Amino acid sequence: MDRPIRVLVAKPGLDGHDRGAKVIARALRDAGMEVIYTGLRQTPEQIVSAAVQEDVDVVAMSILSGAHNTLLPKVVDLLKAEGVDDMLVVGGGVIPDEDIPFLKEKGVAEVFTPGTPTQVTIDYIKENIMK
Amino acid sequence: MELAERLLSGDKRAAARLITLVENKDPKAFEILKKIYHKSGNAYVIGITGPPGAGKSTLTDKLVKALRKKDKKIGIIAVDPTSPFTGGSILGDRVRMTDLALDRSVFIRSMGARGHLGGLSESTQAAVKILDLYGCDYIFIETVGVGQSEVDIVKTCDTTVMVMVPGLGDDIQAIKAGIMEIGDVFAVNKADRDGAKRTAREINMMLDFNKADWRPPVELVIAVDNKGVAELLEHIEKHRVYIEDTGEKEKRRIQNCKTEIVDLVQQRLMNIMLDKSNKEELINELSSKVASRKADPYSACELVFENLKVDL
Amino acid sequence: MFDKEKMTQIKEGAQAFEAKTQKSLEKRPERQEKFYTGSGDEVKRLYTPGDLEEIDYNADLGLPGQYPYTRGAQPTMYRGRLWTMRMYAGFATAEESNKRYKYLIEQGSMGLSVAFDLPTQIGYDSDHSLSEGEVGKVGVAIDSLADMEILFDGIPLDKVSTSMTINAPASVLLAMYIAVGEKQGVSADKLRGTIQNDILKEYIARGTYIFPTEPSMRLITNIFEYCSKEVPKWNTISISGYHIREAGSTAAQEVGFTLADGIAYVDAAIKAGLDVDSFAPRLSFFFNAHNDLLEEVAKFRAARRLWAKIMKERFGAKDPRSMRLKFHTQTGGSTLTAQQPENNIVRVAIQTLAAVLGGTQSLHTNSKDEALALPTEDSVRVALRTQQVVAYESGVTNTVDPLAGSYYIEAKTKEIEDRAMEYIKKIDEIGGAPRAIDMGYIQQEIMDAAYQYQKEVESDERIVVGMNKFQIEEEAPKGLLRVDPSVGELQKNKLAKLRDERDNEVVSEKLNALRKACEGNDNLMPFILDAVRVYATLGEICGVMREVFGEYQQSVNL
Repeated sequence: MDRPIRVLVAKPGLDGHDRGAKVIARALRDAGMEVIYTGLRQTPEQIVSAAVQEDVDVVAMSILSGAHNTLLPKVVDLLKAEGVDDMLVVGGGVIPDEDIPFLKEKGVAEVFTPGTPTQVTIDYIKENIMK
Repeated sequence: MELAERLLSGDKRAAARLITLVENKDPKAFEILKKIYHKSGNAYVIGITGPPGAGKSTLTDKLVKALRKKDKKIGIIAVDPTSPFTGGSILGDRVRMTDLALDRSVFIRSMGARGHLGGLSESTQAAVKILDLYGCDYIFIETVGVGQSEVDIVKTCDTTVMVMVPGLGDDIQAIKAGIMEIGDVFAVNKADRDGAKRTAREINMMLDFNKADWRPPVELVIAVDNKGVAELLEHIEKHRVYIEDTGEKEKRRIQNCKTEIVDLVQQRLMNIMLDKSNKEELINELSSKVASRKADPYSACELVFENLKVDL
Repeated sequence: MFDKEKMTQIKEGAQAFEAKTQKSLEKRPERQEKFYTGSGDEVKRLYTPGDLEEIDYNADLGLPGQYPYTRGAQPTMYRGRLWTMRMYAGFATAEESNKRYKYLIEQGSMGLSVAFDLPTQIGYDSDHSLSEGEVGKVGVAIDSLADMEILFDGIPLDKVSTSMTINAPASVLLAMYIAVGEKQGVSADKLRGTIQNDILKEYIARGTYIFPTEPSMRLITNIFEYCSKEVPKWNTISISGYHIREAGSTAAQEVGFTLADGIAYVDAAIKAGLDVDSFAPRLSFFFNAHNDLLEEVAKFRAARRLWAKIMKERFGAKDPRSMRLKFHTQTGGSTLTAQQPENNIVRVAIQTLAAVLGGTQSLHTNSKDEALALPTEDSVRVALRTQQVVAYESGVTNTVDPLAGSYYIEAKTKEIEDRAMEYIKKIDEIGGAPRAIDMGYIQQEIMDAAYQYQKEVESDERIVVGMNKFQIEEEAPKGLLRVDPSVGELQKNKLAKLRDERDNEVVSEKLNALRKACEGNDNLMPFILDAVRVYATLGEICGVMREVFGEYQQSVNL
């Protein structure tokens, strides 16, 4: 593929810890991807609107506040409501293992927990984009 | 022509997808644009440019909010031409426009350079057409004002706002030439800072050398506090009236179309010349020979040209 | 510290040693070509008095409790009194958190440290749309004085000292605390504790900001002024390097950026007309403790010395208490691994030692499960016990500043001080910390360090035990603390009831008075206190200020 993969990196929820989001943004950039970074405190509505306008391949969300079970599925649902069915939705952050099956069932493709090397995320995205 | 119809009916996802195709240089996109190009030309295109850290995104955000009060449909193309060697980039302009994401009458698109020369300007212009056909009344192109590719981008706008900040010092001198050429309206942002008035004075002095009919106004603004934004918008509207009344707009657009055609041809020639399969190899080979004085650059040029003629 | 002749001898000896060692390295090389601190600074093989040539004992080290305080903030340090073991806690509702506080006091915790949930920290009530999913998650939800009364129910405010991790709405939570005191019959001058109140590091690293810089700085100086008169035992700010370090900074950056923030607060207060010695003794600091024990000890000592010099030389402080840097420490959350969480207990023990050997005034130790979720009661107890073992069994508390005089520690202290000073100079050139933050300079420096760290971990240049080396197959951990999702509903119902029962007329009257005050120049604390007393909610009070002041725009440089 000679076009860069486009990824929206967003922080849903109210927590302000953006180290992880920024590190992954840089790592994806260095892997040749085009990263659209949206900053802190993004509502699911804002994230979906940005994802649609930017026509990204991937929506990557970092969340450490514990509100993941509420916010990540909402993003998936809103994307569906916009008729989007070809974007990969992934999450990362302090997310307990026991919540992951629920998130996957709700349509989050993969969840990356603390300590995951950025290369793992990069490889996952390259292998799984849907466009 | 489903995508075209969807675009013309104001389908957001169609607009987004078409811009993607354009960015990927997908021939499908240009086929579509060929068919509906004649319907475009309705949007007013405003360039927002200036040095890094001048507050361009924040100012764009405020200008757009002001226009939204008049119920205008807006497109924003945030162009970031700086990307490192990997070809990847981080586009962060949306951070300063987060509330606009919820406004269904505003469409924001971030675009990066993707490493190819000149291609960004081409994609940007195609994206302008797409947002125009999508039904935007105003389209903003926001980009850092350093370097030739950015100048190329904003030159195509109907009105270009040059955003400056106090405390740039020598930078003003450095980009002076560019300023004279492309700024139709000047904003000195962060005007609550020391030296704002002096910066405005310096710009005014430079502009006084300009003997053209349109004397660009200089406005002090504090974008974060929404101060001076209404005044700035008035200057933009005045410039619009000026270029429409004097026929300048028509002239500019004709000039722009000429530049665009020449650029497209040039781009195509470049593509042929740098065609990976053979000619780039040839050029590489010749370069080594020229460097070691086994050949001279003039003969090398002739050789490359001979090779091109076959394709042309 | 040595005479000239001796020094020459020592240096020659060290050089000869290096030469000899270099030869033997050909046969027996060291484990690595170069060695680095946790922050990535190169460490030499050997330190000798030759490395301390520039250090003057009296001017640079001195005695504990005396300028420049390198050796400690108090003369007797832990021989006099141990540090305050202060465990940061709070979750779900005020009722639940109140129970946890009482448990901690029973277990020997000496001061309370309140964690608030994110809506509270950002000035939204629990029924605000942005609060959805966040209520009670990372701390306790406080919507009004009614919640605060429950939070401290049965805890006499004249007997405990309370630290509150609250920044943008610090004025409101402090007002609520004062109001609870009033209800308990404890006057404001008897209240002891700390509010974090450090907005600059929120812009830099932590992200729970509300208002733009200027009104935020006004609120902070209003608190300085108000407390100097009404709540004299209150620490009005905790200038925090903790979150800067968590965001990925180096140790020297932690000191440099934190003290640069401190300088900005002192500047703002002086500009507002306050005398430096009227508020500076109530400034306190908050640092991180990471795993590189010796580097961390040096960091704490460097911070003390540098701040003393800044206060004396730059601001002309006269009161020694203005020059004395007191600090709280928390062990490094970002050093904890989700893999093999038991290993975190050991990390926390090392970090506890670093804080204690560095002379901390109070300490929170993280629990082993914090890379996974909020800590359970059991893991919090182990974390507290870690402090107690260091306090009562390790022996490091028996003498003051026991690592002083170590050639490495003193050289490192000087190095960190110098590098921090370079950052401060650079920030001065830019025009001060607020401007440097607005430009994204500080954030970018931190991000560069963070990304460097990540790359080192991923390339195995840096070993994190259990994560990129010595891994095992693990089962998902069980028994993590979960906040009952019904907390949100519970708080919403409480709010509805409150809005129904209180005197809404008097609430809007007080809110209007606050709005007028915000538009003018008066100290806002009395107006906020008035609004709090009649049960105006946090969201209503912050809402009024949002309307007048606007909201901060994040600066992102990637």
